[in-house]
Amino acid sequence: MDISSTEVALIKAEPYYEPVADEIELFEAAYHGRLPVLLKGPTGCGKTRFMEHMAWRLKRPLVTVSCHDDLTASDLVGRYLVTANETVWVDGPLARSVRAGAICYLDEIVEARKDTIVVIHPLADDRRFLPMEKRGELLQAPPEFMLAMSYNPGYQSVLKDLKQSTRQRFVAIEFDYPGPELEQKIIEHESGLDPRLAAKLVRLAEMTRNLKGSGLDEGASTRLLVHAGKLMARGVAPRSACQGAIAQALTDEREMLGAVNELVHAVF
Amino acid sequence: MPSSDEPPLSPGELEDLLEEMLDPVLSSRRTAAPLAKALAPLPASHQYFVLHWAAAVAASSTELAYQLVALAPQALALLDLEGMEAWLVRAMDVYDREGLYPASATLKDLRGFNRSLRDTRSGAAFEDVANFLGLFLRGLSGRRLDLQPAAAAFTDTATVYLPERITFFPSRKANSALYKSMAAHLWAQTRFGTFNVDLEAGIAGCGERETALANLATLEAVRLGGRLAESLPGLAAEMRALRPEPLPPKAAALEPVLENPEATVHDSLAALRSLGTGVLLPQWPYVGILSPHDAARVRAARMESEKYTLRAELSKLAQESRNKPSASPGARFRLEKDSEKGQEFTLLLDGRPVAPPDGVTQLLRSIVLDLGEIPPEYLAAAGDGVYDDAASGAENDASAAHGGADAQLYDEWDYRRGHYRKAWCVLQERQVHFGDAGFVTATLAKYAPQVRQLRRRFEALRGEDKVLRRELFGDDVDLDALIEAHADLRAGHALGERLFLRRDRVDRNMAVMFMVDMSGSTKGWINDAEREALVMLCEALETLGDRYAIFGFSGITRKRCEIYPVKRFEEPYSEEVKRRIAGIQPLDFTRMGVAIRHLTRLLSGVEARTRLLVTLSDGKPDDHYDGYRGEYGIEDTRQALIEAKRQGIHPFCITIDREARDYLPHMYGAVNWALVDDVARLPLKVADIYRRLTT
Repeated sequence: MDISSTEVALIKAEPYYEPVADEIELFEAAYHGRLPVLLKGPTGCGKTRFMEHMAWRLKRPLVTVSCHDDLTASDLVGRYLVTANETVWVDGPLARSVRAGAICYLDEIVEARKDTIVVIHPLADDRRFLPMEKRGELLQAPPEFMLAMSYNPGYQSVLKDLKQSTRQRFVAIEFDYPGPELEQKIIEHESGLDPRLAAKLVRLAEMTRNLKGSGLDEGASTRLLVHAGKLMARGVAPRSACQGAIAQALTDEREMLGAVNELVHAVF
Repeated sequence: MPSSDEPPLSPGELEDLLEEMLDPVLSSRRTAAPLAKALAPLPASHQYFVLHWAAAVAASSTELAYQLVALAPQALALLDLEGMEAWLVRAMDVYDREGLYPASATLKDLRGFNRSLRDTRSGAAFEDVANFLGLFLRGLSGRRLDLQPAAAAFTDTATVYLPERITFFPSRKANSALYKSMAAHLWAQTRFGTFNVDLEAGIAGCGERETALANLATLEAVRLGGRLAESLPGLAAEMRALRPEPLPPKAAALEPVLENPEATVHDSLAALRSLGTGVLLPQWPYVGILSPHDAARVRAARMESEKYTLRAELSKLAQESRNKPSASPGARFRLEKDSEKGQEFTLLLDGRPVAPPDGVTQLLRSIVLDLGEIPPEYLAAAGDGVYDDAASGAENDASAAHGGADAQLYDEWDYRRGHYRKAWCVLQERQVHFGDAGFVTATLAKYAPQVRQLRRRFEALRGEDKVLRRELFGDDVDLDALIEAHADLRAGHALGERLFLRRDRVDRNMAVMFMVDMSGSTKGWINDAEREALVMLCEALETLGDRYAIFGFSGITRKRCEIYPVKRFEEPYSEEVKRRIAGIQPLDFTRMGVAIRHLTRLLSGVEARTRLLVTLSDGKPDDHYDGYRGEYGIEDTRQALIEAKRQGIHPFCITIDREARDYLPHMYGAVNWALVDDVARLPLKVADIYRRLTT
C-alpha cells in the first residue's frame, strides 16, 4: 500500500442519494454536535453512498477504510518507513483524516481485529484525540473532523458482534432498503433503465427478500438491482442480466438458484 | 462382456448351455431347443447378457429363469440393456416378496413395465420439486402455503396439493415446468380470490356439477392468466403455452372480459352461466381441479381464528399506546389503504398511524386475501382478559407443589404487571430414561455420507491455523514488524520486541448449551428429527472440541417444571449420553422462561470467552394449564433471554415452526434464530447452523 500518495481530497460533484427518512438531518446534527456516527444496515442499501453524499454536503474530504481481519492499529494510525538513508513517519488514514479535519469512514468495522477497534475509542468520545504511541503524540481532532463507521447487524456469527463499549460511543442511524417507488427511482437514475423494467426489478427484489430466512441470508440489495439494471441498459437480455447480477450473486445453492431463477422468469 | 465383433453363439452351443442351466424344469415336451433358436440371431453381447441373468435368476428359481429366457428376445426388442436390468430386478424383487406366480406375471407385463420405465425416466416427481416449489411460492408471497402430494392438483387455500408424479410430457424438464405452472396457478387462485365467493351456489343451475366445476376451473384459468400477465408476464406466458387446445368460439368470445385485470371470480361465474349447459371446455394440464368444499372449510376456520387473533392483537396494541381511550375501544382503529402498494395498509389508532407488529401485518394481509378488505368489526379490539382463557385451575394442583429437596425456585415475568412473580416456578432436574443403544449407530449409518462431510468440514474449522503476527516468539520473523521496528530504531526509538510470526490453532474457547424442546407437540417424527439432529451435533462438536452440554425441558404448570440433563459440560460423550439422546421423548408443555433461567445459571458457571445458548424448538412457549401462553409466555421467555444476554450469553433459536417469523424476532432478536422448515432436514441443518454461528 502506497500510503504517502493517497491524497485527502474533496468530493466535487454531488453524489446521487435519495433520503429514505431523516438520516440527512440526523447526520448533520451529529456532525455539528461532534458526535461519531454508526451506520447500521444490510449490505448494498446505500451506506457508502450516503457517506459520500454527506461528505459532499458538509464540504469535508472523505477517507474510507475497508476493514479486514489483518488490519492493525499501525495501519490506521501510521508507521515509520525506511527510505534510502533515513526514516520517515507516514500517517495512516485515520491520522491523516484527523489532521485534515476530514470525515473518516471505517467500513464494516466488525471485520477489524478487536484490539484495533480500541484505538478509535478516545477519538469517539468527548476527548476527541488520537493517541500516536510511536510518535509520543496526542493528535487532537479539529472541530471539522468526524468519525463514522458501518456495521451489518444481519451477521449471525457471535464472533462478529460489536462490543458495547464501542457501539455505545456512537449515534446510530439505521438503514434499510428503500420503499418500492423510491427504489425504482434509484435504479432508473443509477442505471438509466426505463421505468417499466426498473419496476420489475423492484418486484423481483421483494420476492427475493421474502426468501430471507428460508435459505437466503439476504435478499437482493439495491446495489444488485442497479447492477442488473446497468447490464440491461447495455442491451443484455433481462433474464440473463438477473441471472448473473442477482441470482448467482445471492446464492450458490442449486435449489435456491433454481427458485430465484424461476422468480426471474416469472417477472420477465 | 465380449466385444461387439465377437461371433454370436450358435444354436447348438446355446442349447447346451441352456439345457445345463434349466435342466430341472425341462421335459420332453419343453426343451431348450426353441429357446436357443430364438436367441441365436442376437448379437453376442446380448446373448451373454441373457445367459448371465438367467444363471443369476436360476439360483433362486429355475422356472423364472426359463420364462426369462423365453421372453428375452421380445424384451430386448423393447428395452435397452439398462431397462432389461431394471425389468429383471423388479421381477426378482416380486419373487422374493410374493413368490413365483406374481413374479412371472411381472415378467410378462413387458409393455406395462416399458410404459412405467418411460415415465420414471421422463416424469417429474413431487418429492424432487417440492423444496424448490416451496421456495418459489414463498417468493411469490401472499399467504404462506404448504405443499402436499395428492391425487389431483387443487388447493384448499392453505395447502397446495400437487400430483405425486407428472408424466404428461415426454421430457422431465417439461414435466417439472408443468409442476411449477400448476403450483403458481393454485397460488394465483388464493391470491386473486377464486374462493372468496360461495362457488357451490355460483355454479347452481349451470348443469351437472362436475362439468360446471371443470368449466369454471378453465374460465378461472383464463381470468388468472390475465391477472398474471400484468405482474408476472414471464410466468403468464409459460402458462399460456400450456393450453394445447384453444377455447371453443363461444367461450373464446368471453376471453377479453375475463382477461381484464379488473375481472373477479364473479365475472368467471357470469361467463359460466352465459355458456349454458352441454358444453365441456378443454381441461388444460396445469389447471387442476376446484374443490370448493375443502376451500370453504379451511377458509371459514381460518377467518374465524384470524378475526379472533386480530382483535386480541389490536386490543393489546390499544393498551400499549399511551393515550387512554376516551370512547369505546371498538371505534379506535381504522385502516387506510396505501393505493400505491396495492396490498399494504396503514393502521390508524385514534387517527394516528401506528406500526403494527410483523404478525399483525401478516394477519391483515391474509384477511384481505380472503375478504378483499378488512371488515370494520374485525377492527373492534377485543375486551380485556381475552387471553386469560386458561383459568387458574391447574394452580390448585398441589400434589406436586414444592417437590423434592433439589427443587429450585425461579422468578417469572408477568408482562401485565410489569414485574416478576417471585419464586413462581418450581424446577427439578430429572433423569432421562435410557433409550435404545442402537439409535446413535443407526443414525450415523443413515447419514453416513453426510457424517463424513460434516466431520471434514468441522475438522477444517478446528484445524484452521492462524498466523499470529507481532508475537514475542515464534516460528518465523515477521518481516513487516521487523521493518517497522528497524524504522523505529533509526528514528531513535527502542527496538520493538514483537517481531515474530507464530502459527497457532485458533483457541475457540467456546461453551455451548443446547436446550431441547421435549414438549408433547414434538411427538412423532419431530422428536426423531430432534434426536437425530443431536447425534449429528455431537459428532460435529466432538470433532471440533467445543465444550457443550445438552438439556431437555418440559413441564406442566409452574409447580412442575422439569429439566432433563442429557449431557453435562464435564461429561464425556459416553455410551450413557448416547442412550439418553435416544431416550429423549415428548412429554408435556413448553414453559421456556424457567428453563432458560436455569440453563443460564449453569452456563454462567462455565469459564469460556463465548457462551452460547441454543434452543431447539417446535413452536411458541406454551403451558396449557396455567395461562403460560400467547403474550404471557412470549414476554416471559423474552425477559429470560434478556437476563441471559445481560450475563454475556448469546441466545439463539433453531425452530421448525413456520410461524416463527411472527414471534421469534421479538424474543431472540432479528437475527438470532433460524428456521428449518423441512423437519426431515433438521439433522443435516443444525450442525451447519452451528458452524455458521461460530465462525
